[in-house]
Amino acid sequence: MSMVLIVGARSDIAKAVARKYAGEGYDLYLAARQAESLQELAADIEIRSQRKVAFGELDILDFESHQKFYESLPEKPIGVISAVGYLGSQEEAQTSFDEAQKITNTNYLGITSLFDTIANDFESRGSGFMVGISSVAGDRGRKSNYCYGAAKAAFSVYLSGLRNRLNDTNVQVLTVKPGFVATSMTEGMDLPAKLTAQPEQVADDIFHAQQKGKNVIYSKWIWRWIMLIIKHIPEWRFKGMSL
Amino acid sequence: MNLSGWGNYPQIDSESIGLDKKQALLDWIDDKDEVIAFGNGRSYGDSALSQHVVLCRPHNYFLGFDEVSGLLHVQAGVLLSEILEVFVKRGWFLEVTPGTRLITVGGAIASDVHGKNHHQAGCFSNSVKSFQLMLPDGKIVNCSQSENHELFNATCGGMGLTGIILDAEISLTKINSAFIDQQTIKTANLRETFEAFEKYQDVTYSVAWMDCLARGDNLGRGLLMVGEFCDDGNLYYQVKRKPGVPFSFPGFALNSWSIRAFNALYYGRASASRQKVDIESFFYPLDAIADWNRIYGRKGFVQYQFVLPRASSFEGLREILKVISDEGKGSFLAVLKLCGAENENLLSFPLEGYSLALDFKIEPGVFDLINLLDQRVLHHGGRIYLAKDARVSQAVFEKGYASVDQFRDIRQHYKMNHKFNSLQSRRVGI
Repeated sequence: MSMVLIVGARSDIAKAVARKYAGEGYDLYLAARQAESLQELAADIEIRSQRKVAFGELDILDFESHQKFYESLPEKPIGVISAVGYLGSQEEAQTSFDEAQKITNTNYLGITSLFDTIANDFESRGSGFMVGISSVAGDRGRKSNYCYGAAKAAFSVYLSGLRNRLNDTNVQVLTVKPGFVATSMTEGMDLPAKLTAQPEQVADDIFHAQQKGKNVIYSKWIWRWIMLIIKHIPEWRFKGMSL
Repeated sequence: MNLSGWGNYPQIDSESIGLDKKQALLDWIDDKDEVIAFGNGRSYGDSALSQHVVLCRPHNYFLGFDEVSGLLHVQAGVLLSEILEVFVKRGWFLEVTPGTRLITVGGAIASDVHGKNHHQAGCFSNSVKSFQLMLPDGKIVNCSQSENHELFNATCGGMGLTGIILDAEISLTKINSAFIDQQTIKTANLRETFEAFEKYQDVTYSVAWMDCLARGDNLGRGLLMVGEFCDDGNLYYQVKRKPGVPFSFPGFALNSWSIRAFNALYYGRASASRQKVDIESFFYPLDAIADWNRIYGRKGFVQYQFVLPRASSFEGLREILKVISDEGKGSFLAVLKLCGAENENLLSFPLEGYSLALDFKIEPGVFDLINLLDQRVLHHGGRIYLAKDARVSQAVFEKGYASVDQFRDIRQHYKMNHKFNSLQSRRVGI
C-alpha cells in the first residue's frame, strides 16, 4: 500500500492533513515527539478512514537520529509532509540565544536534516513527493517574529533549491506558505476572521496542490497577494511600519 | 474574542479556552462563574454566549465504532457533518438530524435537537446511549437512561447549563441509499397544509415551507415535502463546495416587498412533484449556501420558533400568521413541522403539535412584534425553543416549560448555577 509520512504530527495542521490523506485512501505513519500522545489521533483516523495508521517517535532536534529513524520505518513512504514548526518567543530569542537556536534548529536545520535523508531516497527511487509547510513569515522580516521568519525563509529557500535539484527526477517538492491559521499556535491572538484559515482548509489546499503537482502555494490563497504587496513595500518605508 | 450565535445577534466579547486542554481547562474554569460550552456557533441567539466560553470544536476525536450495532463513540466537538462524511458511504445515517449538519454532537445533545422525523423518531437524545459530563467541580460522570438518569434528562435540552459534555455514544441507523424519494405537495391555505401533514404522517420525514406573507384566502399556503430513503444501494455521498454569501447584505436588501416577491415566486414556480434527491438537498438545503446568515445584514436577525399543542395549533397558527402578514415582517424561512410526543427531558422543546420557525431581521419594531407573538403562543399553550432564542422574557419562557423548577433544583444541587451560565440563562432565570 502507499504510505505517507507526516512529521510534526502533533500540530493542528498535521492532524487535519493526516485526516485528509487517510480519507483519500492513503495509509499513514505519524511521527512526532512524545509519540504515545498520537495514539488517540491514530485511532480516530483509523475509525474515520479504515486506513492503516502507524506512529512513532521522532525528535526533530536530534539530527543524528534522523537517518536511523527513516531506515527503521516499516515501509518506505511514497511522500512526506512536514508540519514541523516552533513559533517560540521573539522577545526571548532576542535575549536568549538558546531560544533563537531552538527556533532555527526546529524550523530549519532539523527538518532539512530529515528532508536530506528522504530526498536522497526518493531521488534514487525516482519517485515521491515532499511537502514542506513553511510560512508567510518567511517572505519578509518583521519585528514581531523575525527569528521564526528567518528560519522559515531559510526553509523556503531550501525547498526551492531542492525542487531545482530534483526537477529531472520524478520527485515533487511543494512549498506551503500558510498565513493565519486557527491553531493552538495562534490561540489567544486576535486574528482577522477573513484572512484566517481553518486547519482543514489548509489540509484541503495542500492535498489538491500536491495532487496537481504544484510548486508553491499560499493558504488561504489571498495571502499570495497580501505578501506580494508586503514584499514590494520599499525598505525605507517598511522599516517604520508595524505589521 | 468577539462571539455571536448564528443570528449575529447579540454579540459579546468573550475569553475562551479549548476543551482539548484538559488540566489547563480545569485550572482556568476554577475561579470563574460565567462559563458556557461553545460548539460550532449554530444556535441562533445567546445560548452559548457568556463572558467565558469553552470551545468544544478542538475536542473532536472519533473514539470507537461498532460495525454490527452502529454505535458510535465520539468526542463532543465532532460535527454531524464529519459523521456523515465518514459513515454515509458505509451505509449509516444519523437517527435524528436537524436542518443543518454543521453542529457539534455536544450541541445536538444540549439543544436536544429534532428533525424531519420527529413525529416518529423523537429528539436527538433518543439516539444517545450515554455521554460523559464534566460537573462544576471537575468531576466527570457517565450519564444514560440507567446511570445518573436525572442528569441525563437535565442535560439533554439543558443548553449546556449542567456542565460540559465531553463525549457521547450515539446510535446510527442503517441506510441502503444516500438518496431520498421526495414528494412535494402544494397547499393553497392553512387548512390544506394541516390536512397534508395528517395525511402523510406515516412517512418518515416531513416538513413544510410556508409563505408567511400570504394573506386572506392564501394564508398558510405552502409546500409540504415528505420523503423516505431509497433502497437502491447507491451510497455515493460527496459534499460539493458551493459559493457562499461573500459579504453581509446592506440592511435594506430584505424588506417586505423583496420577501413577498421571493415567496410568491418560490411558491408559484413549485409544483406537486416526486423526485429522487440527495441527502444534502433534502436534509440540509441551507448548508449549501455558506454564511447564509449574512443576507440579514450586519445587525443580524433573530429566529423565532415555537410549538403549539395539536388541539390549538390550527387556531393559534392562523392568528399568528395573520399578525405577521399584517405587519409585513416575514422571512424566507417559515418552516412548519408536525412534532410527535414530548419526551422526559426537562427542557426539551418539542411537544405533540405544530412547530413554526421564522426569521426576523433586526430592525425597529421587530421585538414588539415578537412580543405580540409570544402572547399568542402562550394563549394557545405553546412554548419557545431556546436554541433559536435571543430575546424571550423569563415570564414567557417559564409558562411554556412545566419542569423548569426541577431543572433549577438540579442546577442548585450540583452548584451548576455558580459556574455554568449564559446570557440566555441569566435572562430567562434558569
